[in-house]
Amino acid sequence: MSKVRVLVGTRKGAFILSSDGKRQKWDVSGPHFAGWEIYHVKGSPVDPNRLYASQTSGWFGQIIQRSDDGGKTWHQPGSAGEKPPAPGAGPVGESNKFVYDASDQTGKPLTTHQWYDGTQHPWEFKRVWHIEPSLREVDTVYAGIEDAALFRSTDGGKTWHELPGLRGNDTGPRWQPGAGGMCLHTIVLDPKDPKRIFIAISAAGAFRTDDGGKTWKPINQGLRSEHIPDPTAEVGHCVHRIAQHRSRPNTLFMQKHWDVMRTDDAGDNWREVSGDLPTDFGFVIDVHAHEPETVYVVPIKSDSEHFPLDGKLRVYRSRTGGNEWEPLAKGLPQSDCYVNVLRDAMAVDSLDSCGVYFGTTGGQVYASADAGNNWAPIVRDLPAVLSVEVQTLP
Amino acid sequence: MIRVVLPQHLRTLARVSGEVTIEVHGPATQRSVLDALENSYPVLRGTIRDHVTHERRPFLRFFVCSEDWSHEAPDAPLPKEITSGAEPFLIIGAIAGG
Repeated sequence: MSKVRVLVGTRKGAFILSSDGKRQKWDVSGPHFAGWEIYHVKGSPVDPNRLYASQTSGWFGQIIQRSDDGGKTWHQPGSAGEKPPAPGAGPVGESNKFVYDASDQTGKPLTTHQWYDGTQHPWEFKRVWHIEPSLREVDTVYAGIEDAALFRSTDGGKTWHELPGLRGNDTGPRWQPGAGGMCLHTIVLDPKDPKRIFIAISAAGAFRTDDGGKTWKPINQGLRSEHIPDPTAEVGHCVHRIAQHRSRPNTLFMQKHWDVMRTDDAGDNWREVSGDLPTDFGFVIDVHAHEPETVYVVPIKSDSEHFPLDGKLRVYRSRTGGNEWEPLAKGLPQSDCYVNVLRDAMAVDSLDSCGVYFGTTGGQVYASADAGNNWAPIVRDLPAVLSVEVQTLP
Repeated sequence: MIRVVLPQHLRTLARVSGEVTIEVHGPATQRSVLDALENSYPVLRGTIRDHVTHERRPFLRFFVCSEDWSHEAPDAPLPKEITSGAEPFLIIGAIAGG
């Protein structure tokens, strides 16, 4: 029977929630890396036992953790816990070394972006927000970082190298940090075209490469953001999350700061599909594993009040690719609920009856084993949840 | 032999308990102590000092014989109490809530 493994990153550690295909009884493992902020944990589609975790701290900086046994044991790639490197194989202890590429040969001399006071400010590494393992190579993995840039490792996380063409895009000086920092938080790898990658940055917008990361272009046409001087500017949009169904890689759904958006031409043109949502502010968005027109969001009251409308936690589902939405509330708190659901904190499994999962800043992780019709908490009292990913295991 | 006391989270990363001891070849300074520490425990690279600039991370402090040496020159000689092992070199995480 199939199993599912839910990988949860929180403000104070990582947790792994495991169940069989019924998804009724759960084993809880953790906290892993207790006391550290775990921005993201994600497994490799190539080898589900290969997990990567972004472990961060205001005191001690960035750590990358890797597991090769499905989360039972962890180590920092290239360090103890792994086979010692061969003599002359190079230094160890660099799995947390994220240095922007400013070399003449491959980097870009561009080193500034827009700061809060309108001046230009140098790029400064702060943390890894999102880890995206390759769809094809177990040792290849991407990292989205703050200040916004995309890094790649091709040795299982031992060393990281920037894909500088993104930061070197000529719109870079106009990127600016949002309230949460200038973070690259979304990485979508095209399942059909290995050279196409979509990424999103707050607050710059969405970008796409068609040449494996050498060159990038902003894909923000159709977005409208009233919080920037030119609401339809090429960059400056606060994109919160992008989701894709593997069968239709040119169709993307976006939860922007305000507005739920859709594109059917790989981001060249977007249109709003907020439709009858009670509020179209929010952070998460995801797509049903088997129904590419079924989309999930969690509406949040506003950018000033980051909690559900009327204290009622409701997921909204569209079965029509947007515009027409239905509230899903069965099993979710319908009074006095004032949590938030952060951008990386929703995921779906790929069992026949699609499971949907999300975590809250109140420490709950909710699961639905029937595509959102019924919900139940897996856990109620974790630290604030930053990210949720799901693995469907044989 | 120089004794070094690490914050709890760095002890966990380095998979050690209690103090660690390191050998420093040449003059014992904050720089040479940290170099030796990172050579013995490469997982600590980047967690105490920046990987590239080697500047101290902002929320860490270095205490020597009941004095804050965080702003001392990295190549200033450490006192004999440290080099003899009578006193430990303390790496302290700033107190903060949350």
